[in-house]
Amino acid sequence: MSEPILSISGLTTEFKVGKEWRDVIRNVNLDIHQGETVAVVGESGSGKSVTAMSVMRLLGSNARSSGKILFEGQDLLGLTQEAMQTVRGNRIGMIFQEPMTSLNPVLKIGEQITEVLMEHRGLEHRAALAEAERLLEKVRIPSARQRLNEYPLSFSGGMRQRVVIAIALACEPKLLIADEPTTALDVTIQAQILELIKALQQEEGMAVLFITHDMGVVAEISDRTAVMFRGDVVETGLTEQIFRQPAHPYTRALLAAVPQLGSMNGQSLPLRFPIVDMATGQIEPVKPTVDTVRNDADPVLKVERLVTRFPVKKGILRRTVGNIHAVEDVSFEVREGETLSLVGESGCGKSTTGRSILRLTDPTSGRVTIQQRDVVSADKQELAVIRREAQMIFQDPFESLNPRLRVGDAIAEPMVAHGLAGASDVGERVGKLLEKVGLSPSMADRFPHEFSGGQRQRVCIARALALDPKMIVADESVSALDVSIKAQVINLLLDLQEQLGLGYLFISHDMAVVERISHRVAVMYMGEIVEIGPRQAVFENPQHPYTRKLMAAVPIADPTRKRVRQISNDEIRTPYREAGFVPPSREYLKIGEDHFVLGRKQERAA
Amino acid sequence: MSNDAKRKVASVHSEDALVAAERILPLKRTLLALVRDRVALAGLIIVSVLVFIAVLAPVLSVQDPYDLAQLDIMDGRLPPSSTSMTGTVYLLGTDDQGRDLFSAIMYGLRTSILVGLVSAAIALVIGASIGLFSAYAGGRVDALLMRIVDIQLSFPAILVALIFLAILGQGVDKIIIALVVTQWAYYARTVRGSALVESRRAYTDAARSMALSDKRIIFRHILPNCVPPLIVVATMRVAYAIMLEATLSFLGIGLPVTEPSLGLLISNGFEYLLSGDYWISFFPGITLLMLIVGINLIGDALRDILNPRQEG
Repeated sequence: MSEPILSISGLTTEFKVGKEWRDVIRNVNLDIHQGETVAVVGESGSGKSVTAMSVMRLLGSNARSSGKILFEGQDLLGLTQEAMQTVRGNRIGMIFQEPMTSLNPVLKIGEQITEVLMEHRGLEHRAALAEAERLLEKVRIPSARQRLNEYPLSFSGGMRQRVVIAIALACEPKLLIADEPTTALDVTIQAQILELIKALQQEEGMAVLFITHDMGVVAEISDRTAVMFRGDVVETGLTEQIFRQPAHPYTRALLAAVPQLGSMNGQSLPLRFPIVDMATGQIEPVKPTVDTVRNDADPVLKVERLVTRFPVKKGILRRTVGNIHAVEDVSFEVREGETLSLVGESGCGKSTTGRSILRLTDPTSGRVTIQQRDVVSADKQELAVIRREAQMIFQDPFESLNPRLRVGDAIAEPMVAHGLAGASDVGERVGKLLEKVGLSPSMADRFPHEFSGGQRQRVCIARALALDPKMIVADESVSALDVSIKAQVINLLLDLQEQLGLGYLFISHDMAVVERISHRVAVMYMGEIVEIGPRQAVFENPQHPYTRKLMAAVPIADPTRKRVRQISNDEIRTPYREAGFVPPSREYLKIGEDHFVLGRKQERAA
Repeated sequence: MSNDAKRKVASVHSEDALVAAERILPLKRTLLALVRDRVALAGLIIVSVLVFIAVLAPVLSVQDPYDLAQLDIMDGRLPPSSTSMTGTVYLLGTDDQGRDLFSAIMYGLRTSILVGLVSAAIALVIGASIGLFSAYAGGRVDALLMRIVDIQLSFPAILVALIFLAILGQGVDKIIIALVVTQWAYYARTVRGSALVESRRAYTDAARSMALSDKRIIFRHILPNCVPPLIVVATMRVAYAIMLEATLSFLGIGLPVTEPSLGLLISNGFEYLLSGDYWISFFPGITLLMLIVGINLIGDALRDILNPRQEG
């Protein structure tokens, strides 16, 4: 094999904490050859980004690295910061996670690209402009010439990430470092960007160091993989090898926790994630799921023709010029012990639906009944009763707990406020709730910042259970968590459903998680439900074009099935409409038992 | 145990230790951070010493500067560390009426700090209530209240205070009223801003979805989270109130001559500055300066410490 382009050996990076140096990554060894993609995968805090930043020497003065980083035979650690400038952005390109902040908002796209070209490649302005256009075409941005004159604000997240890639490619780098480049993007856009990086790599023959937490993405894109865990590379090898025969217990745990789309074909009930014993590496058998759906009783939640629009006002008179049709004519039911998942991409209205149901956002029209009580017309007292029946768990466990309240008080508060517990027994009940979600009662007097993300989400679940609800709306409740933690929380939700017969409205963008947890699935697009039905039917026999597109975009955690996908470069459209817009009438076609797909008259004609 | 496994155990333990280290109440954590910051510590020491002096003024002073019977006009304008005919040592000299400057400064500090603290406290309560109400009410009420705040803030504080004192007349209570009128708007705006931010955070939504009462949400969830910026503003505003009071007294419309505050003392010595009797203005001026700088040093440090982005 030829000499590697980048060869990292014995890399240790330490950060100064107070007066002492604490190592964040230890003895990292990694080689990347030309034309090869190496993925560094790990959960938050594993040191994968620090590794990339160490290579680029982008860490501040409170960090120091030792070891060797040979790039084309030159030790980067021995270079001065000035000498690094000629390497960074020139011979090594970099893409970051957040496309919204990595472009300068006050400079035109064209200027930002030509700047790099003139600085690093010494091109004349005119030549640079032509080259910039070529680069934009290279990253498949349509009508590149016009778009050079636009500002970043008129570019969507995916388009911005393309521009960032174009800038990274400007100097024809030998190595591209991509630090979670698709994490902030929607799944269909992620698929587009992944395809783009793959195609560009073949065209340019560069090496790619790809940092990600998502095993699905790893399987899609990488030739070789390094798994990091708490600052150590615990396993390196060919991606296929690692997926087939993971050697380290952590890799096994990570892979067991990865939700795999299609892994549940033929299975109609939800399924828990297998949990790996970290010490022995043994996979514990999965407890079979009990059928919890109560078809005999009335549904706990009934939503009929729910509409929520947000007016867009302009001018000094604040005239309504249009509406964001966040939720349009949405109807569904959730039964006791049933999980209905609302899936879709950002801006599709799934969160607004959840908020409208609990009246955290006031719906425009429609009927919502929770336990036979009308929510939309409820007054304050009535609403208080309803909100005891239906609780919400939010996305960000760091945000949804009051930082100045001990978690015990946070869990006790709803019980005390609703008179469900007195001073004498409230402590005991808090302890029981904490135990129920897998925490220890002694943690009650801690503050939220003393917990990890997964633990905080457990606290939020305990708080939601405090009022003994029949129904829980979980709005992206596991999206912010690491894979292994995500698996544990999903398992907890399934346990609680069996014990308490809870109905879940599970709002998520993550198709693979949805496949695990749901009984039924509703796919939302532009404020409408485009397809709804039993999970098995929707996943195994998707009918609506958007559902199919969504399924095709989910990265599959199986490197042997690496495929070249035909991904259209469509953007996600916004549901903004002029004032006075009357939505066309909807008609749902019955595909199978309980399985419906949205069809419009013109669509069927076409 | 393999090396790897050992390290894993070690890092788990260090994580626990980290968590344990943070198990300190917010107030204590803030105070600890203040003491650790050298600049803040200097400010804290200066302010503590000055407050100590002010509180113990009746014990420490050689005479009661407000008691005209104790003053001897024959001792007027004595330079620092001179001795009176009765044997009293005037450490910092005397003013034109034979008042011991050191005693006068101690009593002046008392007045200045009292006026600053009381006016800031009243302004804080009024301003914070208005700010909270404004954020909670939203819509037109909010817009109206915030325009009033804007108008209030667009007039120089000194001008507003002048007008009020011209109407109300002199006296400690009057000057406190004037200071409250000029200060409340800052608190109102600060609290409204942070209350709006907090009320949009998910934990407020969580509280609402649990059907907690508005009162509970406002006072138990939103208000406590608005406290850090409020503390910073309050610290800075106390310093500003003291300075404003000194300015007004200097201009002769603040406190009466019989109850000299620092500003009035500076003003008393002002006419003698050029004739070489610098001390009458100089020492009260230095005291005022130290007080203001000290409070500001604490305020600056508090702003860094209480910055929510750095909180764990």
